[in-house]
Amino acid sequence: MPRMTMIEAIRDAHMVAMEKDDNVVVFGEDVGYFGGVFRCTQGLQERFGRDRCFDSPISECGIVGTAIGMAAYGLRPCVEIQFADYVYPAYDQIVSEAARLRHRSAGDFTCPLTIRMPTGGGIFGGQTHSQSPEALFTHVSGLKVVVPSNPYDAKGLLIASIEDDNPVIFLEPKRLYNGPFDGHHDKPIIPWSKHALGEVPAGHFTEPLGKAVVRREGGAVTVLAYGTMVYVAEAAAEESGVDAEVIDLRTLLPVDLDTIVASVKKTGRCLIVHEATLTSGFGAELAALVQEHCFYHLEAPIRRVTGWDTPYPHAQEWTYFPGPARVGAALGELMEG
Amino acid sequence: MAEHKPLRLNVPEPEVRPGGKPDFSNVKIPKAGSVERPPIDVPPEDIRDMAYSIIRVMNRKGEAVGPWAGTLTAQETLDGLRAMMRVRAFDRRMLMAQRQGKTSFYMQCLGEEAIACAFRKALEDGDMNFPTYRQQGLLLAGGYPMVDMMCQIYSNTRDPNKGRQLPVMYSSKKFGFFSISGNLATQFPQAVGWAMASAIKNDTRIAAAWIGDGSTAESDFHAGLVFASTYKAPVVLNIVNNQWAISTFQGIARGGSGTFAARGHGFGIPSLRVDGNDYLAVHAVAKWAIERARRNLGPVLVEYVTYRAAAHSTSDDPSAYRPKEETDAWPLGDPVERLKNHLVAVGAWTQERHSQAEAEIDAEVLAAQKEAEAFGTLHSGPKASPRDIFEEVYDTMPPHLRRQRQEAGY
Repeated sequence: MPRMTMIEAIRDAHMVAMEKDDNVVVFGEDVGYFGGVFRCTQGLQERFGRDRCFDSPISECGIVGTAIGMAAYGLRPCVEIQFADYVYPAYDQIVSEAARLRHRSAGDFTCPLTIRMPTGGGIFGGQTHSQSPEALFTHVSGLKVVVPSNPYDAKGLLIASIEDDNPVIFLEPKRLYNGPFDGHHDKPIIPWSKHALGEVPAGHFTEPLGKAVVRREGGAVTVLAYGTMVYVAEAAAEESGVDAEVIDLRTLLPVDLDTIVASVKKTGRCLIVHEATLTSGFGAELAALVQEHCFYHLEAPIRRVTGWDTPYPHAQEWTYFPGPARVGAALGELMEG
Repeated sequence: MAEHKPLRLNVPEPEVRPGGKPDFSNVKIPKAGSVERPPIDVPPEDIRDMAYSIIRVMNRKGEAVGPWAGTLTAQETLDGLRAMMRVRAFDRRMLMAQRQGKTSFYMQCLGEEAIACAFRKALEDGDMNFPTYRQQGLLLAGGYPMVDMMCQIYSNTRDPNKGRQLPVMYSSKKFGFFSISGNLATQFPQAVGWAMASAIKNDTRIAAAWIGDGSTAESDFHAGLVFASTYKAPVVLNIVNNQWAISTFQGIARGGSGTFAARGHGFGIPSLRVDGNDYLAVHAVAKWAIERARRNLGPVLVEYVTYRAAAHSTSDDPSAYRPKEETDAWPLGDPVERLKNHLVAVGAWTQERHSQAEAEIDAEVLAAQKEAEAFGTLHSGPKASPRDIFEEVYDTMPPHLRRQRQEAGY
């Protein structure tokens, strides 16, 4: 089976989707000739032509606004926002338009649109290249929100997102583009070529939206994570000696409640980890769901380890980033509780 | 060191406020027939002056004059008059229905009927409008069933939007009318994207974007112009300048630019300005702009100079911010009266036939209203199942919505 980085997997997903369906078009800032600042669309313009993959003006509201019009026409646009931190000018188009179009027109118009954006920190990106704005999208009915954590999922979930008839926010943890990252920033990076999930089937395949995956089986505590935090949680489990079950949610909206509930009912404890800030973050929704559905099985209060309620700092990156030490400590405390 | 006077903020104000005498002396109105009609493939830079003038066809005597005259036959002109009269009668009846409590809200387009009606007649079936809430003429002139519009306004069991949207937020793919959103200007770049899609697929259909004077201040307006300009999208970018954005006069949105049409030139988009109350001029300009777009010559921006004769909506009272007499003082008059006078002047119409047509249209609207009300009004009559609110949020209902629907009892 071919081995790919997450970047190559995303590029391959585009290739497969564009090959299969002439209505798939790809555009965004620097995605055309240059192939994207992260190389995720490299070679698409050369292979499919300038009217299938092209550069756009620097206008997020224009990128998403025109993509909605294309989707209403019958195309299947997959557009890129260069960094999730820069999606806000398009927020009105996403929330008021893409998410609501099917409902408000009673199915007369639909919006089969995928909006890709690199997300997350751990790269010294500072305030505007590190944010994790997923909670701003999980609060919006009509959207789907996807966060892959590895090349295999990145390809399977991206093809599924492009083929899905609903608008999908596809958040790509840029820290994972070249290899898994467990938060140990002082250790050398392992490339995807040395990781099992770097094996990505050639050709067309999909991974279902709305389905979580158990990455590490365990009986003591359930860890709900996605994106980079999956590896941080795995590392924290190994290092703390706590037999944690690590769930990679993969899709945040709609979330796979069945997998979450089955695990927490088994373990009786739940830790939620995300890079995004704490207050009103997606972890709050997860905690509420677990409390509601697993109350009589819980043996300790639900814990959350997240980014602090501050803008993402530059110099203090590793104080902010919820690394394996903080996650491990929380696991230990949960077992005492 | 130079001395400087203190800086002062400029906040534009309309010429007059309530109690004052309406004054439109600053609105420069060129004579009918005086503006050139350039070839369809004219470079934008050759017609810059047109963004500062006003294309007009009907003169004071009701004659159609100049290079923009003659795009319609006598019968088509009569059809246009009838289309505008239907829109006006429909508005009047729905305004009353709102006052009677049969629905929550309504918005008239009184005085702006010519723009949407004439533009629709210049389009071909398959073209797509991205309208605002004040282009009901696109539907009525395009043959959309009046009863269905009323059902939407009543949010009743036959409402095509299933009671999910505020009144007047229509949607009809079949009739080339994109789903209206309450969020202003969002449809402007969407129209450009639809047009880009048509070009990507080597189609021959074009898009029409619609926006009011006030909403041109939204960032989406700017984004729409950038994308239309960059990709030479086959789109007609329509700005309906009715002088007012609720209580805010157009000078607040326009600022120092001479006209809204002038904005197009910064983007290299040919930009025309037209008498929005002159049905013949609107049709001729629409035809020119649509043809240019369809021949792959790129976008066209059109500013329609008109006046919002009625209140902004049923929730608005214009006497709080502008003189009551201002509507009558508007120098471009009333679009229905002007086209009627034209048809009478050329011997194709009489006052008697006009009165007869008014009576027929009133009867048609009343019959449609009765038919619509049989399906219920907002507060009385049959109701759709509340379970519907959970439908079509997604293509298939995800588990969390199924749980909530059950929790709601449906």
